Amino acid sequence: MRGSDRYVERTLQLVAFSSLAALVAITSFIFKEGAPFVFRVGLDNFFSGDWHPTAHRYGIGYMIVGSAVVTGGALLLGVPLGIACAVVLGEMCNASLRGLLKPLVEILAAIPSVVFGFIGIALLLPWIREHLGGPGASALAGALVLGVMILPTIIAISLDALRAVPRSYRDASLAIGATEWQTIWRVVLPAARSGIVAAVILGVGRAVGETMAVVMVTGNAVQLPHSALAPLRTLTANLALEMAYSTGEHRSALFATGVVLFVVIVVLNALAGLARRGAGASHRKKAPRVAALTATHRETEGATPR
Amino acid sequence: MTRLFSPRRSQQIARVVLWALMGLAIAVLVAVLAFVLERGLPHLSWSFLSEAPRSSGLRGGVFPILVGTLEVTLLGVAMAAPLGIGTAVYLCEYTREGALTRVIRFGSDCLAGVPSIIFGLFGFVLFVTTLGMGWSILAGSLTLALMILPTVIRTSEEALRAVPAGYREVALSLGATHWQAIAFVVLPAALPGIFTGLILSLGRAVGETAALIFTAGSTLPQTTPRSIFDSTRTLSVHFYQLAREGISNERAYAAAAVLVLTIAVINVGSHLFLQRLVRSHQ
Repeated sequence: MRGSDRYVERTLQLVAFSSLAALVAITSFIFKEGAPFVFRVGLDNFFSGDWHPTAHRYGIGYMIVGSAVVTGGALLLGVPLGIACAVVLGEMCNASLRGLLKPLVEILAAIPSVVFGFIGIALLLPWIREHLGGPGASALAGALVLGVMILPTIIAISLDALRAVPRSYRDASLAIGATEWQTIWRVVLPAARSGIVAAVILGVGRAVGETMAVVMVTGNAVQLPHSALAPLRTLTANLALEMAYSTGEHRSALFATGVVLFVVIVVLNALAGLARRGAGASHRKKAPRVAALTATHRETEGATPR
Repeated sequence: MTRLFSPRRSQQIARVVLWALMGLAIAVLVAVLAFVLERGLPHLSWSFLSEAPRSSGLRGGVFPILVGTLEVTLLGVAMAAPLGIGTAVYLCEYTREGALTRVIRFGSDCLAGVPSIIFGLFGFVLFVTTLGMGWSILAGSLTLALMILPTVIRTSEEALRAVPAGYREVALSLGATHWQAIAFVVLPAALPGIFTGLILSLGRAVGETAALIFTAGSTLPQTTPRSIFDSTRTLSVHFYQLAREGISNERAYAAAAVLVLTIAVINVGSHLFLQRLVRSHQ
């Protein structure tokens, strides 16, 4: 029996490395297909804005700009809205209301990206075309759709960060006469800062990696978007659009696009990990200050005659 | 710094603004669901669900696509389940937090952050071309399995951690070996939670497009797939083609309604299931 127990443990240990193995496999395959190409054409050519696969010119500069523009726009919408929702869910509503609202946020996370893209095509693009001008499919449309799509990520992780702030912080602040909002703004949000930063970084990762919705609403023209109403193409859209019919050098260039995307995502995840690790440390570091506060509070309490 | 508003005033303003933003987010969600269902449900009919598509989806229904979707997603979850649950058991029951668990968790976290299009590229190179599977249900489900692995690990881990330590102690005190305690006591107790996690992963798999378009294929099937080596178009890929190429708006709406309803049922269902579970434990 003991013998077979050891056997089970070994097997499970092996299985436990499956996700890491998958990550290593994905990394090595994408790099093997794409990285040599980057060095062959040279970094300056590869990061130029000249993407003409038929003429053997493969510069992805404009797509990097495109991804950056829609992601930036999405953050303008998604970050304030997401943090506001997290604050309402975490600090301003009772348990039963939270039990009602939180599943709704989870449903938002479960809606497939093609559905968001479709709603963009059916509602958003005609509206932009009519009221703001331009072709409709644009940086603005991409930013709006992505802004909504990153909400669940930002809300969920910010909420975790708010939850991790010890209750004593709030009690201490309220006890010395701060209002609910002063407590949130001056005490709870600063204490949860690193966790919220991690939420924003992961939101960026989500926005940069999003594909189908972006393909459907941004128009996909390879150009520098000169206004919010101009179409653009992102890195992910480039892969989704051209992969199916690409061969040879063109396919390598697409894998090289994948390498850039992959590197960006891994860096973002590492940063988010660091920020989250910082979150734990910051509470420990700040605890004495609040402890001092509570101590003062206790003293005053003790001083008042009962 | 001069104060613009008194603390009481700013408290009132903050309350109104924050709740308004929350309301806006909920309104967007409700609008999305209402729009899809309002436009889609009228076009939804039994023949749409039970017939094969004709004229590249302009006429007919989605039956072979539904079957293909079911096969790809169920197979994907079935392959991710042993790996994910095994990892969770190892992390919860066999190790203490340390360098090893950190490495495993790092791998799982990174994998969770990888965009689905990258999974699609990887599946295309490894399964479709290098291993010669071609566009097939097998290649698609293998790709999906890797993609949902982190979700399965995380949810299974939560389910295992929710099992009270007393269960393990009692089993071990009765003379069970470590593995017997896990297999006959801990896992059965955690099973409903693990199952809920698998259902949620299934929901994610059903909505997936970018990872499947280059692995399961995007050609429109005329008949239901005969084996796992057949290519299939999943419902979300089909919906994407209908919507993007403007083949048929009403069929796109109908497909969107099927997709959203399926995912809503999966999510709400597993939520209710989990709630009942929590109550029965108390």
